[in-house]
This record gives sequence, structure tokens and C-alpha cells, in this order.
Amino acid sequence: MHELSIALNLVELAEAAAREATVTHVDAVHLQLGVFSGVVPDSLLLAYELATEDSLLKGSQLVIEELPLRVFCPNCEAEREIENLQLLECPDCGTLCGEITQGKEIKLSFLEISDET
Amino acid sequence: MKPRLLELRKAILTKNDTLAAGLREDFRNRGILVLNIVSSPGAGKTVFLERTMEALIEHGFRVGALVGDLQTDSDARFLAKSGAAVRQIETLGNCHLEASMICDYLADWDLQGYDFFFIENVGNLVCPANYDLGEALRIVLLSTTEGEDKPLKYPPMFNSSDVCIISKIDLAEAVEFERRVAYKHVQSVHPMMPIFEVSAKTGAGMKHWLDFLIKKLQVLRAETVKA
Repeated sequence: MHELSIALNLVELAEAAAREATVTHVDAVHLQLGVFSGVVPDSLLLAYELATEDSLLKGSQLVIEELPLRVFCPNCEAEREIENLQLLECPDCGTLCGEITQGKEIKLSFLEISDET
Repeated sequence: MKPRLLELRKAILTKNDTLAAGLREDFRNRGILVLNIVSSPGAGKTVFLERTMEALIEHGFRVGALVGDLQTDSDARFLAKSGAAVRQIETLGNCHLEASMICDYLADWDLQGYDFFFIENVGNLVCPANYDLGEALRIVLLSTTEGEDKPLKYPPMFNSSDVCIISKIDLAEAVEFERRVAYKHVQSVHPMMPIFEVSAKTGAGMKHWLDFLIKKLQVLRAETVKA
């Protein structure tokens, strides 16, 4: 269960960015989460509530955008999306692909803010 | 009140990744091959590590280790029997090691002159996958007693590792371990990953594994000289 640790890192980054932009209220935090990141979205949502408790982000919503797994197929010389995380096989030609191009992300994309200015 | 968006596009583990990059560069410059050992609890990490370090020391190498352990220091004491310099990281319930812990524990440990340095991660096949510790190689253990489907249950861990060790190979027959199936599962989540079959108990496969490590150290040093 490292979701709490991830959530604390997320809050630290988001809070610092909000303060730097002199934002006083954050409505939502948008996160990109790759399906191959090993992070469980539901656990992260739960951890987020705990992690934001004493922060500027208290009460804000965590919005998770899941990113599918993508690999580079050396045979097709193209990027391919993989649905089965247990088999990194090109859906077109069946080649096993070692190079992951997307799916491991744990990335803060943007904050939704509505401060009075 | 008009809502607006504040673009950030920042990786959450940036802090860990930055620290790890610094560690990696430092290890490289000193010509130390650093390995991060991961597995589920009970896969045989500690005994495997003890035998590996003992053999490297017999070969004349200088070896150190950091051991992540939840509560006890029994692993660290066991590993010290190999003759390597060992320190324990008490994780106090944390399910993985982070780069900052490595930095803290190495702050007053001068690694100059070391050849190999091992980091035994917490027994867990999920959380350690996300945390770069600055290692040159991440080694995942899969024991014959766990079953062949572990790679399919934990694809990110097996994918993020560089080498797979099939441990307790002396028990393969007794537990009807299907080698072919295990290889297929490893390759399906990490094509071309090198696999070594070893038994820390009987010593089977250890020579092949040690040769690989020594070769890797030579490559690392050759690259450091070139750079």
C-alpha cells in the first residue's frame, strides 16, 4: 500500500504549485495514472482524502485520468496499445514488445482553481 | 468566480527520481555496481544475497549492503556472516524503500573502494516497482515454491526489473515447478529479460550468476573510463 506515499507526494507538489501561483482555493487536482503504474486508483482516492486533511487542498476532488498501456513494436515500427497487461504482445503482428511508451505515468496534470480575483 | 486551470505536468515521484539519478551518477563515478533486489516475502532474497556476497568476497571484491526490513535486524545480522559490510534500514512498516532513505543511510558511509553494493528491498512485489533507488540493475526473485504465475500477477514489477532470478531451483522437482511456463510468463511481461536459475542452498547456477555480475561490473567501469 504505497498509495498514501504517492498521495503525500502529490499533495506536496500540488500545494507548492498552488502557493507559488498565489492560489487560495483548489477545486480539483487532475492526475494522469498509467494502468501499468502499479497504483490502484481507488486506494489512491482514499489516500488522497487523508493526505489533503491539513493542506490547502482539503476538500478538493482528485480526478484520475487513466492512461492505457502503449508499447513500441519493433516489427511494425509503430506504437501499439496493449489491452492485456499480462502479455505485452503487438495486437497486429504478435511480436513481444519490450519498450513501453506509455502506461507507467503518475503525473500531476493540472489544478482546477476558482479563487476570487 | 471563474474557474481556471493551472497547468503543471509534473511527475509525482520527481523528488525520488532526482535523488535516485544523483545516487546513480555517484555510484557510477566510483565504479560501484549497485543492485536493488526485490521479491515477495519468503522468495529467498536474504539467503541468495548472503551466498552471492560471500562468493564475491572470496573472489576478492569489496561488497556492501543495505537491508530494508520492517521490524527486525535479523536479516542484517544474517547477511553480515558473508563478511560484507551491512547496514539495516528499519522501514517501520513502510512497504518499500525510497531514494531518500538510501541517501540518509549512505550519508556517513564512504563507499570509495567498494565494487558491489546490494540493496535488499522490502519483500513486496507491488510498491518497490515505482521507486528508483539509483541502482544499476534491479533483480527480481521468483522462487520455484511460489508458482509460475507470479510475473502475470505483478507485471509492472517484473517489467521494471532487469534480471530475473529463479530461486530455490533445487526444489523445482518436488514442487512440480514448470520451467517452460515460468519462462513464458516472465517473457510475456518482459521480453528478453535475462533469467538465471539458482539454488543458494546447493550452489547450483551460482557460478553463472556471479560471472554475469562480474561482467557487468567490468562493463560499468569500462563505460566510466570512456565517459
